[in-house]
Amino acid sequence: MEVRVEGLTKRYGRVSALDAVGITFPSGALTAILGPSGCGKTTLLRSVAGFVPVDAGRILFGKDDVTQLTPQARGTAMVFQNYALWPHMTVFDNVAYGLRLRRVPERDIRARVEKVLDLVEIGQLEGVLGRKPAALSGGQQQRVAVARALVVEPRVLLMDEPLSNLDAKVRQRLRVEVRRLQKAVGITAIYVTHDQEEALAIADTVVLMNAGRVVQVGAPPEIYFRPASAFAAEFLGVSNQLRGTADPGALAIGGQRLPYAGPVRGPAIVVFKASDATLGPTGPPAAAPEGGAVLRGTLEERLFLGAVYRHYVRIEGETVMVDAPEPAEPGPVAVRVPPAKLQVYAAPAG
Amino acid sequence: MSRGVARRSLRAALAVVAFLFIFAPVSSLVIWSFTRRWFWPHPFPQEWGLFYWKQVLQGDLFRALHSGFLIAVVVTVLTLVLTVPLAYLLARYPIPAKPLILMVFLLPHAFPQLPVFVNSTTLLYRVNLGGKFWGVVLIHMVGALVYAVWTMTAVFKSIPESLEEAAWNLGASHLKSFFSVALPLATPGLIASTLLVFLYSLDEFTGTLLVGSPFVLTLPVYMYRTSVGYELQVASIAALILMLPGILLLVLLERFLKAEYLSMFGRL
Repeated sequence: MEVRVEGLTKRYGRVSALDAVGITFPSGALTAILGPSGCGKTTLLRSVAGFVPVDAGRILFGKDDVTQLTPQARGTAMVFQNYALWPHMTVFDNVAYGLRLRRVPERDIRARVEKVLDLVEIGQLEGVLGRKPAALSGGQQQRVAVARALVVEPRVLLMDEPLSNLDAKVRQRLRVEVRRLQKAVGITAIYVTHDQEEALAIADTVVLMNAGRVVQVGAPPEIYFRPASAFAAEFLGVSNQLRGTADPGALAIGGQRLPYAGPVRGPAIVVFKASDATLGPTGPPAAAPEGGAVLRGTLEERLFLGAVYRHYVRIEGETVMVDAPEPAEPGPVAVRVPPAKLQVYAAPAG
Repeated sequence: MSRGVARRSLRAALAVVAFLFIFAPVSSLVIWSFTRRWFWPHPFPQEWGLFYWKQVLQGDLFRALHSGFLIAVVVTVLTLVLTVPLAYLLARYPIPAKPLILMVFLLPHAFPQLPVFVNSTTLLYRVNLGGKFWGVVLIHMVGALVYAVWTMTAVFKSIPESLEEAAWNLGASHLKSFFSVALPLATPGLIASTLLVFLYSLDEFTGTLLVGSPFVLTLPVYMYRTSVGYELQVASIAALILMLPGILLLVLLERFLKAEYLSMFGRL
């Protein structure tokens, strides 16, 4: 079931939570909506579920226009950030709730509940059916919540930051499982998250949003390696931004000039990832590898992060981060960035 | 060492004072209830006996107890039937003038009780409810609604909305989600609210006396009449009997009125 939103607009007072958003969520794929808090991603998900009436635009499930339908009539199933399991019901009653509403015979209900709990790999847990949610760990509760959503065989699975209340280890394991489940069931899934790593790891397609608009849509590697704007680049990785001015053939950052052959003119933002840059001794600019950038700066601080050392280098009044496997000593350094890894964007007006 | 002793004796002294404050009046009630004759200046009654207990148990007390309980039950049921839906709406929907609505229920308590009830009495007599069972029920509800509305609104507010959204999302109607999710989760608060209203109605005096006299008799009114008639023994017995449901219900209340509901009052 393909899901499409067209020109979706929602205002809260003067603030546009959604500003003419148009996205196609391909059938059977997991699409992550990624963005900072307040970007409208949760509003988008809740409007697809029917909890938020929109001011303009259409929501289509396949050929059905569901824009005016109540949440009950849409046939979506949502997994909530706080799990939203009913604390006064057992796990069995929680999962069976949707089936009972559909008047499934009681003996079929039992079989289907057990099957879906096996699917989310919690069916083997001792006496799980009779337990109350409070007697389960956070990760187990979220598995039950996913089971409750999947058991009714919804047209669309909606997940609202489902893993963000879990600790890092459980989160990383469940990430793998959510993807496995979604592929096994073959359901169209929309997954909202503010965690770029999670979005890149889990999704077939990533939709990047900011301030109520779609900024970029693409496969995870595409989004990661070819961010379409300074915002995207900044949001998608541990990135550095330097302000400069682009002229034909050269890029001025403070008092330093870099070779530049791109299309941007005027005030520009130069972006590169901390992991793409390397540190070396200061030398003549001629030492640049194949036209890449060399920026002179001062190494001010160094943190050991486990896998790498993160160096904080001051360049022309701004601080950039460089990750390297070997520690460098404080003092004057040259930051080298390969040409393909250096992104230049026009600075936004104002 | 000496500080420990000082602290312990201070605590003991406080306990004695508290004990006296709470139990001295009650103990005089107990003594009076078993008194046959007691004249000044004797420290204790000259003659003890069960005479008045017998007299009371054969007399009007049961009528007062019976009608008092009946009124309290009716008041409680009606108040909750009105309040539960109202409180749910107040807690869940962006109703305009919400603080105003909540304030309205507080108003009868904001003014001196006597003028409020005197005015209500003349009003109720005009609509032929003075001295009637339903007139007393009505005047009790005016006072009791505020407890029920405020507690129940706080209770419904403390239930995360996503729990109901999850039910709607799976296809449950609003009515179905209310009865299968919101109401069961609100039950402890509902019980607390029931107890508050029931106790209020059972103990209400001013309104009952003014509106209900002379035909509607509840325990507090009965107690008042007997003590005004200097039947201190009878009044003491009535007071002791009236205290029992109160103590029992307060013990229950303490179990059901969760701290988180009370903290919600500030956020209404």
